[in-house]
Amino acid sequence: MTIEVRKLVKTFGSFKALDGVDLKVDSGELLALLGPSGSGKTTLLRIVAGLDWPDAGEVLINGEDALTHGARERHVGFVFQHYALFRHMSVFENVAFGLRVQPRAIRKDETTIRARVKELLDLVQLDWLADRYPNQLSGGQRQRIALARALAIEPRILLLDEPFGALDAKVRKELRKWLRSLHHEINVTSIFVTHDQEEALEVANRVVVMDKGRIEQIGSPDDVYETPATAFVHGFIGESIELPVQVADGVVRLGERPLPLKAEGLASGASKLFVRRHDMLVGPAGSGAFEGAVQHVRNFGPVQRAEVALSGGETIEIDAPRDRELRAGDTVGLEPRRYRIFAG
Amino acid sequence: MSAIAARRRTLPGFGLTMGLTLTWLSVIILIPLAGLFLKSLELSLEQFWAILSSRRTLNALRISFGLAFGAACVNLVMGSIIVWALVRYRFPGRRIFDAIVDVPFALPTAVAGVALTALFAEKGWLGAPLAALGIKVAFTPLGIFVAMIFIGIPFVVRTVQPVLQDLDPEIEEAAGSLGASRWQTMIRVILPSLAPALLTGLALAFARAVGEYGSVIFIAGNLPNVSEIAPLLIVIRLSEFRYADATAIAAVMLVVSFIVIFAVNRLQRWAQHRDAER
Repeated sequence: MTIEVRKLVKTFGSFKALDGVDLKVDSGELLALLGPSGSGKTTLLRIVAGLDWPDAGEVLINGEDALTHGARERHVGFVFQHYALFRHMSVFENVAFGLRVQPRAIRKDETTIRARVKELLDLVQLDWLADRYPNQLSGGQRQRIALARALAIEPRILLLDEPFGALDAKVRKELRKWLRSLHHEINVTSIFVTHDQEEALEVANRVVVMDKGRIEQIGSPDDVYETPATAFVHGFIGESIELPVQVADGVVRLGERPLPLKAEGLASGASKLFVRRHDMLVGPAGSGAFEGAVQHVRNFGPVQRAEVALSGGETIEIDAPRDRELRAGDTVGLEPRRYRIFAG
Repeated sequence: MSAIAARRRTLPGFGLTMGLTLTWLSVIILIPLAGLFLKSLELSLEQFWAILSSRRTLNALRISFGLAFGAACVNLVMGSIIVWALVRYRFPGRRIFDAIVDVPFALPTAVAGVALTALFAEKGWLGAPLAALGIKVAFTPLGIFVAMIFIGIPFVVRTVQPVLQDLDPEIEEAAGSLGASRWQTMIRVILPSLAPALLTGLALAFARAVGEYGSVIFIAGNLPNVSEIAPLLIVIRLSEFRYADATAIAAVMLVVSFIVIFAVNRLQRWAQHRDAER
């Protein structure tokens, strides 16, 4: 099943949640919608599910116009951040719900329903919880039950809204791996929304980065991390150093000082220089493009994070390997191994 | 209690508050009720039975309990609809309507009785058009029914309202995306979630209607065997100095009230148990 979205616009009052979004999802993909809160990612997901309606634009599921159908007819599995399990029903009945509400003509008999629910509970590895109630489960268990419930109707596509957002860090990590292997097993076209870049990069085949109702970049996890298309993507994904620079006649300046950086093909004017924290190499004073004084050093496992005051007055944070211990008060030279400059 | 445990209590006064609680509940509730039972024990079983099985007593009890149950059922249905509108929709005047629900709580029952009687009397604003249709409300059992509905409505609304407010609209969306129609979502998801609160509201409205006196006696007409409620019969027997008769009827009402309170308690426990967060 493919999903296609064309020129989608949605406003809430004066707030533009979606501002002309185009997106194509291929069959069998596991796609992440990544962005800060308010970027429109959840709105986009809800419109695809039929829980919200766009002001303009098209939604096609498998080539057919989906906007003529409500959520009920779209045959889409939806998993909510806060699970939305039915509290008065046992786990078994929660999962069976979608099968029990089918029109009488196609509704399966009780034996088939029981077998199907059992199969789904096995799939999410929680068959031993069938008789419990949702309030007796942990957050991670609830979310897996919510997923089993969504899969019961054999959805054409699966949509997950911040599925691990309400869980603690350790459980999130486990469930990420689990979701990826589950997707591999069932291979349903899936979109999940997250504001957690690590989650998006680890789980998805492709990542869509959104900001302010627009798509900033679509690409593989490697693409969006290694070659960010915009300043926003560079700043949002991975830890970056951001410095305001001026580009004029092929020369990059920080303040008044020219920097020995390549600036071919860059438009003149105010720009932003982005460097990953770990791409800033530390050398002796006098070497490299920048010079600065180390202010603080803290150790994070394999790296030391140093706050460095540049000679121009800006303060940046860098991650350096532990092989050469930095101390507060040291003067160091810094050379960006890789960097990107964006106009604006 | 050991000295350490005593020192650990941050708020003083367990002994004082517990003592006051027990004394107060005894003086206000337990002793009068016990007195009532002791008084009715003065009757032999035959006498007791004779009083209860007299036509007038039976009719009064039937009118009180029957109409109260009917009124509670009407309140359950109408109250649920009112709660739904108040909680789920934003409309002009919503806060005013929300406040109006409490009027039957706050209004002195005699005032309510007089107002309803004036309204439904044969020349009243509502009584006149109804009389033209051949429906007589004031001074008939129908009048009792109307008064009981009036005083019972806040109980259903105020019991169900907080539960519906807590009900996450996402569960309706979840039901919809799983293929449930609106009707199925209502019957299989929303109503079962509200069921404990609805039943509690029903029981409270019923208990209130059974005991209602002030507003009912104005509109009832108080014809023995037709529109005479049990509380009024108790008052009549007392004024005739037939204390044993009065206490026998009172004891029956008390037992029924206890059963209702017990049922409400069980319902709430069931609901808490089911919905308890971990």
